[in-house]
Amino acid sequence: MPITLSINGQARTVEAEPDTPLLWVLRDELDLVGTKFGCGQALCGACTVHVDGMAVRSCQTAVGDIGESKVVTIEGIGSREAKAVQAAWQDLNVVQCGYCQSGQIMSAVALLTDNKKPTDSDIDSAMDGNVCRCATYHRIRAAIHDAARRLEA
Amino acid sequence: MNVFFKAPGLASPPAGVSRRTILRAMGGVGIGLVIGADLSLSGGAAQAAETATADINPFVRIAPDGTVTVIIKHLDLGQGTTTGLTTLVAEEMDADWAQMRTDFAPNDASRYGNKIFGGAQGTGGSTAIAASFDVYRKAGASARAMLVAAAAKAMNVPARTITVAGGKLTSGSKTLTFGEVAEAAAKEPMPQDPPLKASRDFALVGKDKLPRTDNVLKTTGKAIYTQDIKLPGMLVAVVAHPPRFGARVAKVDDAAAKAVKGVEGVVTVPQGVAVLARSTYAAMKGRDALNVEWDEAAAEKRGTDALRAEYKAALGKKGTTAETEGQVEAAFAQQGVKIVEADFEFPFLAHAPMEPMNCVVQITGDKVEIWNASQFPAIDTPTAAAVAGTTPDKVKINGLWAGGSFGRRASSTADYVAEAVAIAKAHGKGVPVKLVWTREDDMKAGSYRPMYMHRVKAAVDASGKPVAWKHHVVGQSLITGTAFEGAMVKDGVDATSVEGAAEMGYAIPNRLVELTSTKVGVPVLWWRSVGHTHTAYAVETMIDQLAKAAGRDPVAFRMELIKDPRLKAVLALAAEKADWGKPLEKGRFRGVAAHKSFNTYVAEIAEITMLDKGYKVDRVVAAVDCGVVVNPDVVRAQVEGGVGFGLGHAMQAAITLTDGAVDQANFDTFEPLRMSQMPNVEVHIVPSTEAPTGIGEPGVPPIAPAVANALFAATGKPMLNLPFNRQTIGS
Repeated sequence: MPITLSINGQARTVEAEPDTPLLWVLRDELDLVGTKFGCGQALCGACTVHVDGMAVRSCQTAVGDIGESKVVTIEGIGSREAKAVQAAWQDLNVVQCGYCQSGQIMSAVALLTDNKKPTDSDIDSAMDGNVCRCATYHRIRAAIHDAARRLEA
Repeated sequence: MNVFFKAPGLASPPAGVSRRTILRAMGGVGIGLVIGADLSLSGGAAQAAETATADINPFVRIAPDGTVTVIIKHLDLGQGTTTGLTTLVAEEMDADWAQMRTDFAPNDASRYGNKIFGGAQGTGGSTAIAASFDVYRKAGASARAMLVAAAAKAMNVPARTITVAGGKLTSGSKTLTFGEVAEAAAKEPMPQDPPLKASRDFALVGKDKLPRTDNVLKTTGKAIYTQDIKLPGMLVAVVAHPPRFGARVAKVDDAAAKAVKGVEGVVTVPQGVAVLARSTYAAMKGRDALNVEWDEAAAEKRGTDALRAEYKAALGKKGTTAETEGQVEAAFAQQGVKIVEADFEFPFLAHAPMEPMNCVVQITGDKVEIWNASQFPAIDTPTAAAVAGTTPDKVKINGLWAGGSFGRRASSTADYVAEAVAIAKAHGKGVPVKLVWTREDDMKAGSYRPMYMHRVKAAVDASGKPVAWKHHVVGQSLITGTAFEGAMVKDGVDATSVEGAAEMGYAIPNRLVELTSTKVGVPVLWWRSVGHTHTAYAVETMIDQLAKAAGRDPVAFRMELIKDPRLKAVLALAAEKADWGKPLEKGRFRGVAAHKSFNTYVAEIAEITMLDKGYKVDRVVAAVDCGVVVNPDVVRAQVEGGVGFGLGHAMQAAITLTDGAVDQANFDTFEPLRMSQMPNVEVHIVPSTEAPTGIGEPGVPPIAPAVANALFAATGKPMLNLPFNRQTIGS
């Protein structure tokens, strides 16, 4: 059935069953492949997107449940927080294989949008659902603190 | 295929670029499908584009706009090889970092072989920089010389008057860019032995800190992985695999699967039953709707408990001698020696890279085109040809970024590539087929780090000096039955099973290292740092037990025993930076380990806090000597990541079997390290002028024993079984 979604500020109509995970609609129907498939069970966070500003695992979000909510993917972020996060990630050479990093960045942007000065423990809570098998955690933590400093300036 | 940047490709030739240049580029590596950054905008349809670039040599091409593209012959699975090899070319060319671009090499061993692999094309064993340091420097220097020769003619000046800097060639008041002379430079004779820079003249190599070439792509969602490939008419295949290794399809009822909307076909292949559909989700739904009966007559049905009992029995028997020196039994029989004995157990481990295995294949007539982050084109190419029923020269592999590997994409059997080709062939419609493994498929597919058991018996004499070491390793061979057997199994000993134990870093006069290679129907494969994942653990924790038996400090004990000054130097540096010997506050403990792997020396010191229940790893101080460093920040990142990767598995990850079936399926039961568990890691690099060695793997082996030794210091009980959290720790 046709379903209309708000994706990155645009209305996009797709032909999909309502139980289809948002992840597969983004990737297979809308060619927004920056959002990654990692586990399919909301255990790794690679598929994290924003739904009304909240970090959400798109692999466990059925398109039929989204309604009018606004979906933003890695391709559509552009807020001050997003720019600070991306700049910090680049300056600190955070990425290795990079496959989890869209999800990491989406979680980090949601965290900093909510909490301008997260502590280490805030970072643990917000980021523990995002797995990085390359274990870039050390730099992700530093980059979130760095982005927070940029946002203060 | 350029997957890195939208190539400066042009639909029509720009002024001044001849048709011949374009044709020449099309014949070389410089032309292909351009699906990089624009994939998301173009509906995923790959579009052909002509690029008016000049191929200066197999590794360097230059576009009219001056961008220099380096052809990367090693898979970049996160270890930063793309940045490293690009740095070498930019250095020797005197290019500007901002003008550098990268592209992946096709499968062509004649141009892109790995000299450490005897010329076979592949990435592994932490060899990329070690094997290609000179190759890429020469490629850059040769390109520079050709640009200078062309510029001299264009400016009508002697070549010696030309200086090169920042991508520009200057003589007096005349200046040309690389782009302006690229086409002419490509026609200059290629110098075979161009002069290379002296290391004191390096402007980029060894300098902090060049940004990684993949920073922007990987922080904007634009890096393209195998999983992201979408081609016109492509079908996605999801496969029902047998529940036990070695089982075969007996009977398939695919009626319900075929009724799923979007499903286009169901085929049986040797690996299982594949459902092909127009979307990934439809293929998954179709797979779930299959009803498959399996013939388990030949399947492996032993579980972890049965294997443990068999391995334990094997430890008590004599193994095949892998290394011997002195008279080990006589030394144990000496008066007054103190003997320490321990059995160790290491579980099967999944690689579980973030990107589950996948592969895109299109068979057209006798041609096979593959899109895959191929780590061993040398294995993937002939395997794909054999499965498709064609010859290797008809197989083309398009390289891509890999979402991790840790050895998984370096399959010695090309397992998932063979599966993808088998499905495309069985489907037989000539459309591209993307094989997608779910996380569960990936975790249950085998190719694990094997389960091992070790028995170590060692002795110190009355003065506290180690005099004897007997070490028996029991577990599956990674190599037997693969294409590597001839080169890597000698006299019944698979070198990868005992590396790190056979050539131990400590001077102990009487030693015997034995191996028993077991036959188990579970597919196994090298896993980041290979044999060192278990040998370093047994050796380094046993050394701490011996130090305790001798009443010695673990660092001082090691310093006296270590033979190689470079290993000593990293241990001394780590100890200094970690304030070894300075008391810690109550409840906190340190542990140390030092190990050489892949010709790189690493020492790590872990600091832990004992909690009411369990412990926390707070800080790790590492020191590394990997010879000449190309990118210090990449080296630091690899050691930081190696520490985290090794730590997660040491603490909490294991693959276990019940009656041959894998118990774990996803990240809830095979638990990866998470943010809250990551310690602070400091990495210190020993300055060196030695030849560059590996860095992707050597950070891994010392972390598990370093933490185990800290736990030993805290509790007095040695940690003998991995993962640690299988046992109760602390009070």
